[in-house]
Amino acid sequence: MLDKNGIAKRIAKEVQDGYYVNLGIGIPTLVANYVRDDIEVEFQSENGVLGMGPFPFEGDEDADIINAGKQTITTLPGASFFDSALSFSMIRGQHVDLTILGAMEVSENGDIANWKIPGKMVKGMGGAMDLVASAENIIVAMMHTNKHGESKLLKRCSLPLTGVGCVKKIVTNLAVVEVTDRGFKLLERAPGVSVEDIKNATEGHLTINGDIPEMDI
Amino acid sequence: MINKKVSNVQDALKGVTSNMTFMLGGFGLSGIPENAIAELVKLGVNGLTCISNNAGVDDFGLGLLLQHKQIKKMISSYVGENDEFERQMLSGELDVELIPQGTLAERCRAAQAGFPAIYTPAGYGTEVAEGKETREFDGKMYVLEHAFKADFAFVKAWKGDAAGNLIFKGTARNFNPNMCGAAKITVAEVEELVPLGILDPNKIHIPGIFVQRIFQGERYEKRIEQRTVRQRS
Repeated sequence: MLDKNGIAKRIAKEVQDGYYVNLGIGIPTLVANYVRDDIEVEFQSENGVLGMGPFPFEGDEDADIINAGKQTITTLPGASFFDSALSFSMIRGQHVDLTILGAMEVSENGDIANWKIPGKMVKGMGGAMDLVASAENIIVAMMHTNKHGESKLLKRCSLPLTGVGCVKKIVTNLAVVEVTDRGFKLLERAPGVSVEDIKNATEGHLTINGDIPEMDI
Repeated sequence: MINKKVSNVQDALKGVTSNMTFMLGGFGLSGIPENAIAELVKLGVNGLTCISNNAGVDDFGLGLLLQHKQIKKMISSYVGENDEFERQMLSGELDVELIPQGTLAERCRAAQAGFPAIYTPAGYGTEVAEGKETREFDGKMYVLEHAFKADFAFVKAWKGDAAGNLIFKGTARNFNPNMCGAAKITVAEVEELVPLGILDPNKIHIPGIFVQRIFQGERYEKRIEQRTVRQRS
């Protein structure tokens, strides 16, 4: 079974040379730590920066340079700043190659729910609805089950949706799962996790073809 | 040169009354019009509708207007980090409309650019699209979203001149340029109001035509919401 960093490490392998990538808050943010050194990737933050670098050294923080999580950041050579409309032009216009975000639920047809739990304080969707409605390549990073042990890979989402039919791939603490026309398809197992474990933790239809390899991370 | 300069925040906010709709720039606490917000608190206007990506924190930004119960409705994409906001929302004192961030930006830009509405894929199939017109283009579904209508836009820039030209800094740019010219009156406050001719015309982010009033802001706090650093090795 993987921890959050393990999930991030596995997702980092999906990041390819020349990609512009938008990382959501939480596990997705950790992905930046594991991207290979020998490829060129630029991270976009929807509040208006492309070419995000690491956190600043203490004393170098600048209130005018933050990411979408409102954290102080730095920029790398070649970076650029832009306004919110242009930022979402990059996103809706499909100029961003890969979007990685967290989710509360994903359904077997690729619907995603990650912004609202009825009856609880709703903070808002931020840029998530724009991201999932537009990106060609969306990877969800999440735990396979919720804190009650219930599956988060469902036949149908029970929570209000963020987007419909948009998720292509899910990386969890247990598995790598692809979303196909015929539901979820198991691609890889996390180290020490059996196909049976994954089946039991998946409520939606899960296709299992032949031997399922263990993740190489 | 058409002079947009006013001498202080009081003159800049002339004509502001209760029950108006305002656009306010900023992302989190970055690039918010600190002077205009402080003056709105002083003026005590209420029943306000505020279009702003976020709602500030309890004791800063739009949180100051919330403290004094001056806001009737917020139109935002993300409103965490604010206990008073949560209390007013849950008690029904405050009306909140949550919309996708890109839609918020584009509804401002549409108002600026003279489009009555735009089609966006964001929110299709979700409760955000309920009751709204939808349409298919090339096999994909889109939601019709209308341009905002606002009385004042309050924006904050790094540098500006009396012609109303603006230059923003870093990610403090965010929604500010999209709100310029998107309301009946755009009020820009700047950290540095420089003499005419100093700003390179090649580097202007927002031409003065989109700004009606500009003033030199004072005492910027520029509070950092999430101070994250790494250790020097």
